[in-house]
Amino acid sequence: MSASGSSVSAGDAAVPHLDVDPFAMNFFADPYPTHELLREAGPVVYLDKWNVYGVARYAEVHAVLNDPATFCSSRGVGLSDFKKETPWRPPSLILEADPPAHTRTRAVLSKVLSPTVMKQVRDRFAAAAEERVDALLEKRSFDAITDLAEAYPLSIFPDALGLKPEGREHLIPYASLVFNAFGPPNQLRQDAIARSAPHQAYVTEQCQRENLAPGGFGACIHARVDDGEISATEAPLLVRSLLSAGLDTTVNGIGAAVYCLARFPDQWQRLRDDLTLARNAFEEAVRFESPVQTFFRTTTREVELSGARIGEGEKVLMFLAAANRDPRRWDKPDNYDIARRSSGHVGFGSGIHMCVGQLVARLEGEVMLTALAKRIARIEITGEPKRRFNNTLRGLDSLPVTITPA
Amino acid sequence: MPAITFIHPDGKSDHIETSDGESAMQAATRHGLDGILAECGGNAMCATCHVYVDEAWLARLPALADDEDALLEGTATERLPNSRLSCQIMITPALDGLVLRLPERQV
Ligand code: HEM
Ligand code: FES
Repeated sequence: MSASGSSVSAGDAAVPHLDVDPFAMNFFADPYPTHELLREAGPVVYLDKWNVYGVARYAEVHAVLNDPATFCSSRGVGLSDFKKETPWRPPSLILEADPPAHTRTRAVLSKVLSPTVMKQVRDRFAAAAEERVDALLEKRSFDAITDLAEAYPLSIFPDALGLKPEGREHLIPYASLVFNAFGPPNQLRQDAIARSAPHQAYVTEQCQRENLAPGGFGACIHARVDDGEISATEAPLLVRSLLSAGLDTTVNGIGAAVYCLARFPDQWQRLRDDLTLARNAFEEAVRFESPVQTFFRTTTREVELSGARIGEGEKVLMFLAAANRDPRRWDKPDNYDIARRSSGHVGFGSGIHMCVGQLVARLEGEVMLTALAKRIARIEITGEPKRRFNNTLRGLDSLPVTITPA
Repeated sequence: MPAITFIHPDGKSDHIETSDGESAMQAATRHGLDGILAECGGNAMCATCHVYVDEAWLARLPALADDEDALLEGTATERLPNSRLSCQIMITPALDGLVLRLPERQV
């Protein structure tokens, strides 16, 4: 790993070329030194390994996210350029779309996941969190990933969507496939796609109107067909967006929050003393761990970004996680501080594509952390945490803990 | 560029320059202003960018959209007739001098 800083071609003399692979196992094991290298090398860098531009400072990541006309999503938000390669699955109608097409589908999902809808599901989500804590208090020692970070969203989200009970074991593997597929054609991506057929078949089937229970998020999407807002062929693909992005992300978000609170007992105590901090404790965990680490954009024209000239049709990799710890933007960025003003972080993105499921994620995080802090005095890590490797998602595979009841 | 004023609950005020095509919320967060949280980044999903518009300016703002109206029902401090979401107020030259009052709390 080195920053040569050499000028390679006359056009982009200011852009340092780095031989860093941000999709390699050794990078995933400890991304922080490389994030720093990327941030400090310059506002815009070039990664020779994958022939992409990269931005790792907050200002540039924010600027790219907020200029969708120049940095588009319709050519894919992974490494693959949909203009040059056939996408591995039909593109998303929201994530991988630009205005005006995006504006229409986004409005539909915004309504389905609105604050009003959150009020309706809140009591149910909170009750399920309490039940989860009851079960954990019985066990005392457990795996905080399987028994908590996965078990809780699995106990509410598929029901909220209106999915059938059968086949739900495909959900997490499907999501992990989707997030691996944003990466380059490395082993993680190839293996995931090679094993994808049964998961894809399950998801395609469940997105159909007749397979979604009335009253759920899925049925609400299909109901928009009757109003003429979307077509009958679009509805299943929008349901697919929730299946892809709505479960594994919150598993990693809740896992991140529990991992933070277990590692930093002073913050745990602070939360126990003031439960109103629960929502921000979750938000700060999303900043601190950034469960979604990266996304790409593609340039629609030649553009100058912080002095760097980028040609048309170039992929730009945004290091959301590095931006979330950029010392130019954050005071003591490597501290997990549950009372920090975390808003403005890019863990949910920013601008027109900013996570449309953010209220669901925050609700789950808030009620789960509240339920834990009310009943548990201490969380102790009792074994070596194991990491789960994915091209886009950051999280643990296992986190052995023992809890002490309050 | 138009400039706008935010008045804090304690009476202190901040006079800030806006940039082209910015919302009042974006101008506030770009200047690190306390009192605007903007959890959803301006996507009209959170109501944590609530402001009370100075009466003199109220009629000059574009009308309330349905989603903004619905969100204002969920503000942390009481909704008043001059309540708006600052992320939905796009600053135009006509709004140069706009005065917005900040609520006690956003959550
Ligand atoms: C902690 C949990 C979560 C994190 C960290 C997260 C992160 C993100 C990020 C970074 C984006 C921006 C993508 C881009 O700019 O290209 C995004 C978009 C999106 N998220 Fe989430 N997300 C989470 C939970 C959820 C949930 C619970 C749902 C569904 C219920 C969801 C559905 C979506 C969808 C559909 C988009 C695309 C929005 C658009 O393109 O307009 N996410 N998410
Ligand atoms: S910033 Fe969320 S509604 Fe204005």
